[in-house]
Amino acid sequence: MLQEVYITETNCITPIGFDVATNVKNIGNAVSGIQLHHNTLLMKTPFYASIINNDELDLAFAKVTPASNYSRLEKMMILALDPIIKKAKVVLNERTAFILSTTKGNITALEKPSENNIKQAYLHQLAKTIADFFEFKTEPIVVSNACVSGVMAVSVAKRLIQSGAYDNAFVVAGDEVSEFVLSGFNSFQAMSDLPCKPYSKNRTGVTLGEATAAVLVSSSIENAKIKIIGDGSINDANHISGPSRTGEGLFRSIESALVEAKINANQIDYISAHGTATPFNDEMEAIALNRLGLENVPVNSLKGFYGHTLGASGLLETVIGIQSVLENKLFVSLGFDELGVSQSINVIEKNTAKNIHYFLKTASGFGGCNSAVLFEKIK
Amino acid sequence: MEALKQELKGKIIEVLNLEDIKVEEVNDNDALFGDGLGLDSIDALELIVMLDKDYGIKLVDPKEGKTIFQSIETMAGYINANRTK
Amino acid sequence: MAANKTYIQSFCTIQNNEIILNGESVFKIDSTVFSDFSKKAYQNFEINYPKFFKMDNLSKLAFLGAELLLKSNSDSSEENNTALVFANASSSLDTDVKYQNSISDSDNYYPSPAVFVYTLPNICMGEISIRHQLKSENSFFIFADFNPIFMENYTNLLLETKKADNVLCGWVEYYNEEYKGFLYLVSKEGDFVHNEERLKKLYTK
Repeated sequence: MLQEVYITETNCITPIGFDVATNVKNIGNAVSGIQLHHNTLLMKTPFYASIINNDELDLAFAKVTPASNYSRLEKMMILALDPIIKKAKVVLNERTAFILSTTKGNITALEKPSENNIKQAYLHQLAKTIADFFEFKTEPIVVSNACVSGVMAVSVAKRLIQSGAYDNAFVVAGDEVSEFVLSGFNSFQAMSDLPCKPYSKNRTGVTLGEATAAVLVSSSIENAKIKIIGDGSINDANHISGPSRTGEGLFRSIESALVEAKINANQIDYISAHGTATPFNDEMEAIALNRLGLENVPVNSLKGFYGHTLGASGLLETVIGIQSVLENKLFVSLGFDELGVSQSINVIEKNTAKNIHYFLKTASGFGGCNSAVLFEKIK
Repeated sequence: MEALKQELKGKIIEVLNLEDIKVEEVNDNDALFGDGLGLDSIDALELIVMLDKDYGIKLVDPKEGKTIFQSIETMAGYINANRTK
Repeated sequence: MAANKTYIQSFCTIQNNEIILNGESVFKIDSTVFSDFSKKAYQNFEINYPKFFKMDNLSKLAFLGAELLLKSNSDSSEENNTALVFANASSSLDTDVKYQNSISDSDNYYPSPAVFVYTLPNICMGEISIRHQLKSENSFFIFADFNPIFMENYTNLLLETKKADNVLCGWVEYYNEEYKGFLYLVSKEGDFVHNEERLKKLYTK
C-alpha cells in the first residue's frame, strides 16, 4: 500500500495578491491581473500582460529580510515560501525535499552577458539560492518541463514521498515576464492583442503573466487541505510545438490518474484546465475531455485572471483550485464569452456554489508534454 | 524572377536546415508543405521571419502565409510584388 | 517499501567525439565541433530522419543516445511504454544564449521561432517521443551534477507503480561545445542491477 499524500500549506504571490485570501477575493470580484503595459524594455509596442508591481514586491520582501542581493524572481519565490515554511513547523532536515518548478528561471541575467550572469542563469543555481535562504538540507530538485512544470512538481513531490525518500516536500514554482519570453511567443504568432479569451470563439492567443506559488506536500494528514490521489504526465509523441489533434497525451495522463485513484471520470466535480486561449491548445483540451466523457464537468481556465504564468501556472492554478474545493465555489473562467471549440465543454460562466469532492488539474506544454493530477477533498 | 527563385531555394534549405535537399532537387511548383518538401508549422513561422528580414515584407495576417508559401513560384511572385529590400 | 529489483539493460556514453555502447566504442572521430561530430554519427549509423538537422545541439545529443538504445528494443507492432526521465545541469542554456543573441541587437531584431522552441530542456524528450512513438511518462529535471540517487528512486517508482514498463534515463548535458550524454535503459531484466553504485560506476567510465 503506497503512502497517502496531502497538500497541507499553500501560498501565492501574484499581481492580484500576495496571499491566497487576497487572490481569492479578487477572483470573486472578477478583478484580473492583466493590464495594458507600455514598457519598451520588454516589448517595443504596448502589450497586455499580468505583471507584479515592483514597489509592492520590494516592500513585501523588505518585511521578510533586509538583504537585497536577490533577483526579482528570487524575491517572488522567497515571498511565496516564507510564510508556509514558518507556519508548517516542518524541520528542514534530510527527510524534507525542496522542489523548484520553472521554465526560464533568471533568464533576464542573459541580458547583460558576463560570466557571473551566465552562472546566475543556471536553474540549479537559482534553486541553491532559494534553498540556502531557508537552509534546506537536501539537494534541490528542479523540475523544468515547459508549462506543465508546476503541475508536474506536485506529482514529483507525491511520487518521491511515496517512494519513501522523504516525508515532506516544499514546492515552489515561478516564472517572470521577460523580453526573452515575450519576443518568443510573439515570434510564434501566439500572443493575443487583447486580454486572452480561453475556449472562446474569437480567441487569438495567450496573454503572458508572472507569479510564484508554493505548497507543502506531506505524508501527514494533520492540517491537510486536500489529498493527492492520482497523476499522469504523458507525451503526445506528435509535434514539438503543436498539441496532438486527438489530445492523446492529455487523454492518457488523465486516464492514468483516474486508474491510480480508482475512480471513474464521471465522479470528477471540477476541472481546472490549461486554457491558454491559443486556437490549438483549447481545441485539443476540448477533444481530450470529450474522449473521457468529461464534457459536462464544470471547467475553467484561470489564465483570464493571471495570464499564462508558464512554470508557475500549474502550481498557482492548483492553489486556487484547492480553495475552490475548500470553499465549495466554482470560479468564473474569466475572458470566456462564446464557446469556440469543436466539441462542447462546460465552461464556468459565473461564480457558482458547488460541493466539490474530486478535483482535476491539467496542463499541457511545448514538447508535447501533458500533466494531470487528481485531488480528493478531505472529509 | 529566375534568379529570385534560385535564391529562395537556397535560402529555404539553409534557413530551415533541410540538410538532405539540394537546390537542383527543388522544383518551382513543388508543394512546400504537406507531401512536397514536408515543411511544418514552425517552418511557416520561420519563412514569415525570412520575408521580413531579407525582403522587408511584414505579413500583417499570418494566415496569408498559406497561399504565399504554397511553392517557390508563389513565393517568388509575392516577394517580387511586395519587397522593400 | 518492498521493491523488486530493476536492471540496466543497456547504456551508452557520448562525449569527446566518441560514442560508447554497452562499454564498447562504436563510433569515434578526431576532435571536431559537436555539429560535425553529430552529423558524422548520424551518417555512420544510417539514421534516416531529416528532422535531426532542425534540432538544437542538446536535442541531437539526446536523440543519438536514444537512437542507439531504443533501436534494438522497439517492436513496432506493439506499443512501447518506455518512460523518459532526463536531467542535466545547463537546462537549454546553450540555445537560450543563441536566442538571446537574436534579440539583443535592436537594429537586427528577428526573433527566430525555430530557435525559441528549443529554449526548453524537455523538447529533447519530445523529439525522442516523436521518433519512437513513445506516448509515455516524460519528466525533465535539473541538478548541478548527475544525481544517481534521485534517478534510481524516481525510475524505480515509475516501474513499481506500473506507470512505465521500461525507463530510458538520460543525463544530457550540453553547453558551449562541452557535452556529456549518459543514457541507459532500465527494465525488469538486464545485465546490471540498477542501483546508485552501478550508475556511478557506469557514469564515470
